[in-house]
Amino acid sequence: MQVRAENISKRYASMAALDDVSLTVGSGELVALLGPSGSGKTTLLRTIAGLEHPDSGVVYYNDRDASESRIQDRGVGFVFQHYALFKHMRVIDNIAFGLRARKKNKPSDAEIKRRVMELLDLVQLSGLDRRFPSQLSGGQRQRVALARALAIEPSVLLLDEPFGALDARVRKDLRRWLREIHERTGHTTLFVTHDQEEALELADRVVVMNKGKIEQSATPDEIYDTPATPFVFSFIGESSVIPVQVGNGRATLDERLLDLQVGNLPDGPAQLYLRPEDVAMVTDGGPGIPGLVVSTRRIGGMRRVTIACGLARHRIEFDAGAEIPIANSQRLQVRVIGGRVYGAGVEGYETEKLAASATSDFKWAKAEGWLDR
Amino acid sequence: MSSPKPRKMRQAIGEGRWTRLTLITIALIFLGLMLIAPLLVVFVEAFSRGVGVYIDALAMPDTMAALRLTLLVAAIAVPVNLVFGVAAAWAIAKFEFKGKAFLLTLIDLPFAVSPVVSGLIFVLLFGANSVLGPLLDDVGIKILFAVPGIVLATVFITFPFIARELIPLMQQQGAAEEEAAVSLGAGGWRTFFQVTLPNVKWGLLYGVLLCNARAMGEFGAVTVVSGNIRGVTTTLPLHIEILYNDNKAAAAFAVASLLALLALVTLAVKTLLEARFANSLAAQRRH
Repeated sequence: MQVRAENISKRYASMAALDDVSLTVGSGELVALLGPSGSGKTTLLRTIAGLEHPDSGVVYYNDRDASESRIQDRGVGFVFQHYALFKHMRVIDNIAFGLRARKKNKPSDAEIKRRVMELLDLVQLSGLDRRFPSQLSGGQRQRVALARALAIEPSVLLLDEPFGALDARVRKDLRRWLREIHERTGHTTLFVTHDQEEALELADRVVVMNKGKIEQSATPDEIYDTPATPFVFSFIGESSVIPVQVGNGRATLDERLLDLQVGNLPDGPAQLYLRPEDVAMVTDGGPGIPGLVVSTRRIGGMRRVTIACGLARHRIEFDAGAEIPIANSQRLQVRVIGGRVYGAGVEGYETEKLAASATSDFKWAKAEGWLDR
Repeated sequence: MSSPKPRKMRQAIGEGRWTRLTLITIALIFLGLMLIAPLLVVFVEAFSRGVGVYIDALAMPDTMAALRLTLLVAAIAVPVNLVFGVAAAWAIAKFEFKGKAFLLTLIDLPFAVSPVVSGLIFVLLFGANSVLGPLLDDVGIKILFAVPGIVLATVFITFPFIARELIPLMQQQGAAEEEAAVSLGAGGWRTFFQVTLPNVKWGLLYGVLLCNARAMGEFGAVTVVSGNIRGVTTTLPLHIEILYNDNKAAAAFAVASLLALLALVTLAVKTLLEARFANSLAAQRRH
């Protein structure tokens, strides 16, 4: 089943939750909607499910206008962030709910029981069928919720931050497991997340949203390697931003030429976005940008070094081998070996400024575990 | 207040022993004087002229008529408000619509207005000098000084109880389970009976009990619309007042003890229920 949302707009009070968004999810595809809180990703998901009505725009299920059918008849498997299990029903009754609610082709009781047991097996919860939701852990509850959604043999599976309420460890396990289930059942699947790692690891295609619009829709590799906008660059992975000058197709920092492709950006001020791996320490005495070490911290087998460089003391982060001794206040030289330059005029200055300031906000929000509910 | 010498662990917000004792004593004395003593007096007075008078008072035709009328009124008012309360709570908790705040205020109106005033509203609405009264009279429907008026006044007085009980509970629970149910293919009725209702059943039962207690005990509004026709439009509370004014104190207390007994039964059921769902509602108790 292919799902197509066309020109969806939705406003809440004065805020545009969705601004003329179009999205196609191919049959059997596993797509992630990624974005910060307030980016409209959950609204888009709920609109596709039929839980929200768009102000304008149409949702098609295989070329059929979905607004013509009631939500009950759409065949949508929806999984909620906070599970939304029926608290007063046992696991078995939760999963059987959709089958028992059927008016046409309602299976016999024995058939329902057989199907429920099959699903419990699929979500690896066999033997817990007599439990109540309150007697299960968070991860188990979310698996019951998934089994309940799968029971109606949905044409599309929609998941709203399915692992958002779980702790990091369970999250990782469930992620792998959801991928396996997807491969086995082949449902067209769309899930919402604010966790970039989750989106990149799990999805065939990642759709990055910001302020009610889609910033980029591409494979995880493309999203990481060739981010279309400064926002995508700064939202995915670690990044540093420094202002540079573009002239004659080359970028310069403090009048020092950088070895970078700038494409066809016009001359003038621009922003250079760097990932930690785009910066290398100069160890052979060659030319480089001088910098002063501000802080270092250990990340796995590497050491993440923050330096203040250039005349304006811009902060740049890069990774150095843990075996290289680097101390605070040490002077060193770095070379830019990658990164992307976004022109102020081309991308729109406003977007860029927001993206830059958003970066620090996201880091803070990530640290607080607060992003998007 | 003096505090005991630090011993073992103390609760962070614990008070000293004397503070605690004083507070508890004050509460108990107050309860004893204001609630338990009057209740005891009712029963003592009821039997002051002996068991014979007590039984006679209860067996009086007027008493039996009043009891029947009281039960009838409650039997109509409670189901009516059950339907209304659930509908109102559902609408307010699960949907966004214009006039929601206004509806919430309206639901509270019977709590805010004196029952006597509520009764007078019905007199103004259906009385001989009103527009509606003579019209209904022409087709042979009597509202005032008859059972319909008493029922109307009681429904009005008791309608906030169930709605008020359910609204915070439903709002707290949100609409996610209902959304899950409809996405799984369940229709409106199935969603209501299998998902919404089980989630609020204890709150609903509690609301019904409160509503019932008030429906049986309402005096102010009912006395205005009933006209106090003995054996016809007197409910138990009105009947008690009539007996008392007739200087039949023992009989009045005997009937009062019957009403008190009904209240005590309600209280006992309520306590049992609270023990079962205290956790989920205690934080939001409104009355």
